[in-house]
Amino acid sequence: MKGFLAQTWTVARKDLRCEFRDRQVLNAAISFALVVLLMFSFTFDPNTNVEVRSLSGGLLWVVYLFAGVLVLNRSFARETTNDCLMALVAAPLSGDALFLGKTLSSCVLIFAVELISIPVFGIFFNVDWLPHLAQLLPVFLLGSWSFAAVGTTFGAVTANNRLRELMLPLLVFPICLPALVACMSLTWGIFDPSAVGEMGPWLRLLIGFDVVYTLLGVLVMDSILTAG
Amino acid sequence: MSDPAIRARAVSKFFGDYPALREVDLDVFPGQVLGLLGRNGAGKTTMLRILAGLSAPTSGEVSFPASGRQASDHRQRIGVVGHGTWIYDELTGKENLRFFCSLYGVSDPGPVVQRWLRRVGLERFRNSRAAEYSRGMRQRLTIARAFLHEPDILLLDEPWTALDDRATQLLSSLVAEAKAAGKTVVICSHQLPEAIGVADEVALLHRGRVAYQGLIDAELRREPQSLYERLP
Repeated sequence: MKGFLAQTWTVARKDLRCEFRDRQVLNAAISFALVVLLMFSFTFDPNTNVEVRSLSGGLLWVVYLFAGVLVLNRSFARETTNDCLMALVAAPLSGDALFLGKTLSSCVLIFAVELISIPVFGIFFNVDWLPHLAQLLPVFLLGSWSFAAVGTTFGAVTANNRLRELMLPLLVFPICLPALVACMSLTWGIFDPSAVGEMGPWLRLLIGFDVVYTLLGVLVMDSILTAG
Repeated sequence: MSDPAIRARAVSKFFGDYPALREVDLDVFPGQVLGLLGRNGAGKTTMLRILAGLSAPTSGEVSFPASGRQASDHRQRIGVVGHGTWIYDELTGKENLRFFCSLYGVSDPGPVVQRWLRRVGLERFRNSRAAEYSRGMRQRLTIARAFLHEPDILLLDEPWTALDDRATQLLSSLVAEAKAAGKTVVICSHQLPEAIGVADEVALLHRGRVAYQGLIDAELRREPQSLYERLP
């Protein structure tokens, strides 16, 4: 177990170190999130239409999902440069440690994008998010993990595909829909508790989604990587 | 005779309907350097990928009887030099080697990394990113990456392609040391003179089958291209 956790951490640390060295993905995803939030704030002006604020949780998570795909696309693309994926497959590294390491690093990056863009969202949509931060953080973490787990599984499938950058969103978006709806509802409920009612079922759906897709990724990763 | 270090039995690999390998049997013994030779498209790289665990055979099996290890952990004892460099451009030379030490569970990686950086002549550049290395330096880092966990089995795919003089010399001396230490080396190449120069035995792949296998004799050393005349 100790060896497994060490391998998971080795993969995650390597990915994060590579990313923080060149910041390609982080800069692109944060810029993208901020620009789309700005565009949405002009398109759905919260100052003239109060109801727009009830949509803001949904808009926020759509932005996070799109920005997240930028992170996920890069996760396995990095391994195709110099055929590094082959090095990981040839090493005594279990598929589940590789999957969890990559999911963890992607989750950290998506979470970072969320944390950096939430203040900007608060300004553009007149949402006072700071008092709700303690409630928002677990939703952000669970939502990030759900995107990362699905994206890592399909990132491995599309790693050697020429149309990878198109294929990954096409695969990830529909599958992430239950998690996306749960995140939207939970965020909306946190900002306006009267609007959503019972939050427990949404939270259970999100946790269940994370568990199911994490187990799926752990089970199939070895087969995906040696299928060629 | 001892158990083979690598045993392949009836290994076939199909890509769709195309048979890249057909019923290949192969035994490679400890201390042996086998040249897995053949023209482009003969199935050499496919065979090497299967031996390295990078690809699953469509049928047949590969085992490692001499090591007595289960299939799941034989990767610990294999070092591979493939077509790509398998190094991360964003990381420094030192970080690359430390990463692979962690993957292979090398205990006390600091001195191991230091020793290999010195051996491949990259000690001065250990904190430079691999992206800033010249082609020759990257090749030498690749060799260090493949050898640093002291594998019992070395799988080298077209190892002389695009190597500079210094890297060629380094690789040749490492292969000679590995052979002297009783390790198993499989060299996959279409460059017959180079491969026959270091191998003890050759297996000639032709259209996915082992068409000829035998020890290297004086005639082959004198005239490597004559190997193709031994095709049935």
